[in-house]
Amino acid sequence: MSGEDLAAIHDARLRDLATGALDDASVRRFADEHGVPLVSADRVTFVYYGRADAVHLRHWVYGLPGHQPFSRLAGTNLWFREVNLPPKSRVEYKLEVVVDGEGQWHLDPLNPRRAHDPFGANSVCHGPGYVRPAWTLPQPDARSGALVEVAVKSRVFGETRRVPLYLPARFRTTGRYPLLVVHDGSDYVDYAALEVVLDNLIDGLEIPPLIAALSNPGERLVEYPGDPRHAQHITEELVPYLEAKFPVIRRPNARGIAGASFGAVASLYTAWRYPGFYGRLLLQSGSFAFTDIGPHHRSREFDPVVAFMNAFRRAPGRPSERVFVSCGTYESLIYENRSMVPFFQGAGLDVRYVEARDGHNWENWRDRLREGLSWLFPGPLWMTYE
Amino acid sequence: MLPRVILLGPQRFRPTVGEVVRDLALEAPFALITAGWKEREGEDEELRQALGRPSYNLGLYAHASALYGEDRELHAAIRARQTRLRDLQELYRARLEPAMDAVYRLEGFVGKEEALVHPERESALEMVRALDRHHLGRVGEIREEHRTRHAPLDREPVARRREAMATRIHQAGAVFIAGGHVALLLNRLRLFDLAPILRHKLVVAWSAGAMAASERIVLFHDHPPQGRGHAEVLDQGLSLFPGVLPLPHASARLHLHDPRRVGVFARRFSDQRSVALDPGARVAWRAGGWKPHEGVRQLTAEGVTPWGMTNAPDGDAA
Repeated sequence: MSGEDLAAIHDARLRDLATGALDDASVRRFADEHGVPLVSADRVTFVYYGRADAVHLRHWVYGLPGHQPFSRLAGTNLWFREVNLPPKSRVEYKLEVVVDGEGQWHLDPLNPRRAHDPFGANSVCHGPGYVRPAWTLPQPDARSGALVEVAVKSRVFGETRRVPLYLPARFRTTGRYPLLVVHDGSDYVDYAALEVVLDNLIDGLEIPPLIAALSNPGERLVEYPGDPRHAQHITEELVPYLEAKFPVIRRPNARGIAGASFGAVASLYTAWRYPGFYGRLLLQSGSFAFTDIGPHHRSREFDPVVAFMNAFRRAPGRPSERVFVSCGTYESLIYENRSMVPFFQGAGLDVRYVEARDGHNWENWRDRLREGLSWLFPGPLWMTYE
Repeated sequence: MLPRVILLGPQRFRPTVGEVVRDLALEAPFALITAGWKEREGEDEELRQALGRPSYNLGLYAHASALYGEDRELHAAIRARQTRLRDLQELYRARLEPAMDAVYRLEGFVGKEEALVHPERESALEMVRALDRHHLGRVGEIREEHRTRHAPLDREPVARRREAMATRIHQAGAVFIAGGHVALLLNRLRLFDLAPILRHKLVVAWSAGAMAASERIVLFHDHPPQGRGHAEVLDQGLSLFPGVLPLPHASARLHLHDPRRVGVFARRFSDQRSVALDPGARVAWRAGGWKPHEGVRQLTAEGVTPWGMTNAPDGDAA
């Protein structure tokens, strides 16, 4: 077996491992002790151990070659790949292992960190300095809210839609609560820990107790990218239903709409169709594809997005009062999201724009929720000392 | 002899009011002030349970809400005053942020001639103190103007309720003031002008209650999700005790491990002792002095230090 010699390994820990007897058990012990990928101040080293013709790193960092080949330590089954990752990066990836000419994508067997989404799971690399925020994890002392479900009849869609609702801890029918409509709401709960995040931010007084309507689509790729029926359903059916049944504050500055990816498009579109109704927008990694010149080069699901975005860019109006926009610098959508900022500013919106070294994924959206929600709905932290 | 005021750490996870009642053999009934909890004012079962003696909630929040319905003119005047105070706070903040930024910038000047830098640091901090004083003065002017123009205590709905509260307080063995929203609590205490009545009673206060009872209310949080985290002077408190700036939840809200931030805080408010009121903390005051229980910490120019180590019963405090 040809390959690299020890000098090609720059991580001293891995070099030490490679100088000893290598087998599955020793590599597993090494991974348990040091954590894999190996993270140092200026680089990350991915590691694979096993019989293979080739190993590739498959990641979702836009701008880098989509697959990066591992090197083999000569005479062994130890494979490694060094990548320079900027501080606080967070990268989701898989390993493509080629055996007998056939490549298969795997989760990294040496890395227990996983991120889940509706399509499955990825391995996760925490770059130097990245730490999962404590407020995304269940806190034993935080009061818990509750999830309930309501059934909303939709004339627009000719069916009854079941909508999970987040009710804050110590919910009272005599209270008054801001309302946040969340697109892909159940995915936000399942993959972005939204329920935990709301519990923690409310308990920590960083946002006020609020009600979140966790809306889920029927046909997502039809309803979210600029479908007037969707905007009508949310604004003329869901919100009025909630206002009638729950003590929500009926003011734009206490009414928000949120979403990620196509959900962000749906949020912006709905706000644009009903200007001034939603005073708060939370748009995460919006799929804001547009074409100032010529056709777009994304999949055809983006056709209605492009039609809407082009129309929006021609006449943005003033869809809301305050908008929080976030996007990962490792996303292909970073250009589109950045380009929205001057449009929002020009439309007279109060804009907060945040970038993170992360990709188009739920944990990126999770990690930005504190900054976004506490800006859109400031809590009583400064004034309250319980 | 009983102390006049006892300040406690937050009660949510480590209630100590019961210990105070037992240690001092306080006689019931007790008067409770939980207006800082706003609409949850009446949800005081846990507190009553912790006290373990008959208690009466003065219901300041509910009374204020009721009288606003009776005296709409006063209600409108109070709302207008609060709008002005909020606007003034925003103006103060606009001036405070660059002033505090300058303080921290100068703190970061290392390797320069100390004799050159030190006076600049002190001058920058004095500018912040002057701004704080100015702000307190403006707030006081707005409050005084409101009092003069609307004479709330001369209005029957206020006077009637105040009298009833005074009776309850006189009958009480002690008054317990809980935390919550500090501005709202302060405003209700002020609306019924309870300070002169409370001065004759043992007051046990914690969290926002301790802040409202103090001489000067300082809002603080070193790492809020938004904003710079520069402590802000809000208002004068009821001045039920002297010399201590209560800092509830200090360990959670302040970077106590950062001597530079602690030092700046303590020096900025050096006319008072900045006291960390973390869970379990207890300090007592009576004419003549303060007595901290074991473990109470204070913020000083050098960092966080213990404040006294004695643990005698409060009644023996000098």
